[in-house]
Amino acid sequence: MSQINRSASHINATILANKRVGQYHQIVFGIGDLVKSCRPGNFVAINVGGDTSRMILRRAFAISRVSESASFGGTMELIVAPHGSGSKWLCSQIEGSEVDIVLPLGTAFGIPTSPVNALLVGGGYGSAPLFGLAEVLKARGCKVDMLLGASTSAKIYAPMEGKRSVNSLKIYTEDGTMGELGRVTEPIKVLIEAKAIDVIYSCGPMGMLRAISELTANTDVVHQCAVEEAMACGIGICMTCVLPIKGDDGQISMLRSCIDGPVMDGSTVQWHLVGQVPEVLP
Amino acid sequence: MSEFDFSTTLGNAFFNTPIFTASGCASSGKELAQFFPLKDIGAVVTKSVMNKPRYGRPTPRMAETPSGMLNSIGLQGPGIEAFLANDIPWLVEQNSRIIISIAGETIEEYATLARKIRSVSGISAIEVNISCPNVENRGLVFACDPDASRRVIDGVRKTIGGELPIIAKLSPDVTNLPEIAKGVVESGADALALINTVLGMVINLETMRPHLGGKTGGLSGPAIRPVAVRAIYQVHAALPEVPILGMGGVSSGRDALELILAGASGVSIGTASFGNPHAAVEIQSELRDLSIAKGFSSLKSAIGFAHREVGL
Repeated sequence: MSQINRSASHINATILANKRVGQYHQIVFGIGDLVKSCRPGNFVAINVGGDTSRMILRRAFAISRVSESASFGGTMELIVAPHGSGSKWLCSQIEGSEVDIVLPLGTAFGIPTSPVNALLVGGGYGSAPLFGLAEVLKARGCKVDMLLGASTSAKIYAPMEGKRSVNSLKIYTEDGTMGELGRVTEPIKVLIEAKAIDVIYSCGPMGMLRAISELTANTDVVHQCAVEEAMACGIGICMTCVLPIKGDDGQISMLRSCIDGPVMDGSTVQWHLVGQVPEVLP
Repeated sequence: MSEFDFSTTLGNAFFNTPIFTASGCASSGKELAQFFPLKDIGAVVTKSVMNKPRYGRPTPRMAETPSGMLNSIGLQGPGIEAFLANDIPWLVEQNSRIIISIAGETIEEYATLARKIRSVSGISAIEVNISCPNVENRGLVFACDPDASRRVIDGVRKTIGGELPIIAKLSPDVTNLPEIAKGVVESGADALALINTVLGMVINLETMRPHLGGKTGGLSGPAIRPVAVRAIYQVHAALPEVPILGMGGVSSGRDALELILAGASGVSIGTASFGNPHAAVEIQSELRDLSIAKGFSSLKSAIGFAHREVGL
């Protein structure tokens, strides 16, 4: 058996809850024992639109969190923004609906073996997987601080219960409608200079991930980012979601964000080459 | 279970079932092996490999379209040496039947690839993907140029000798497909793979520029299935003795049977695997049930059945 997709299962999962939270939907699925294979950073690929749909490709969503409850067994929560036709369809599914899901997929955030100072940075609904990650880090004795940023307050996803799993939570909006006015990158610079953090975990728009990678370059701070690139399959066969990544040998490869990501070491991503092709292959 | 004979042949290669993966839609099999044993389907057709490692095209590489998608990968791959060292031994271990797909930028490159594959054991056939730009002729796609198509197949045939079946993969983006098909068969192709993707483009209304990094892309998925059925029907009518590996938007057993009735001896599953990792095995089982339900005693008896004269 190959190592690729080794935890993945293809199932029909029942929607146990679907509620609107601001501009997002919080959707809970019953996935049984598969919760044991799900790690913070992993994602799922969902078939959308039903049997007669003209949408033929799966939609990828980061797992927000998984839990085991006495009444429902293993459950998984997704935070979905109803932006495109596929996500709108998913958000319109009512409790009790069955959805075709492949999960869990992709790499997970690396969890330190000893307690560290961790900074979690989320852009928009990119914050969703960070709350599940925060719980795992707290359980390992890490200090967990969180920064959330978005263009405006309505795009911030910060559930009340999520706040309990972090030591501090600061919110930044570009229009000042919630928290501080500005972007998350400003305080990150200060925290890095003060040597107050060991690891940054980030999830959000590529521009934000790139900016954080630039701030952590030539510092001792490790940057684990969950990337976002258009995918057709989510399982490594379509080759559409590639990013230029520098390997230990200095060689740049076009790696698939679905199986070599979504969590990647930010220092290896050649952000300046995203959307281009490296000049020559030696 | 009845005594339905599901086997098929392409040239002298025998397959237990007629359902294959499509080149470029299953990588080299490792990704799908989590979902079903690769030996359960007719064969894995590997992603077209070139002589040297290749980065491929810039992103975005994909755009979903109504009942289809455009892709512009640009044959990213590890190159033939790494492919033969890493991917083929693994596939052989899985007891999978293997068809290696090759692609080149020059007639010479195809021959070089054929030479490197010639002595590899465990291979059932070689697919020659000629839907690539010919750098020696202003980037004109080989498959759209009857003379260049012939010369590629001729070069591969002379290099590998007579044993390994050659499947020439043709583009539907031509005026006279049966003519191109006749040319490559005369040059030594044992079978034909029909159809490659159909060239298309999507313009992004945000940027008001072509959406794909490579500007144009190949259209695949159910949207192109009628084009595949037509192409297979036409070529089977012109060359009834030449086996066809059919593909183009097949996502159910019903779709696969449609291609077989048009004249395909086997059916490759491509884009459907993106939406459903179990597509190949599910389609295979549906095709078997449906063929039996339609009264066929063997897969072979259904091949080209749509061509029979009225009244039969």
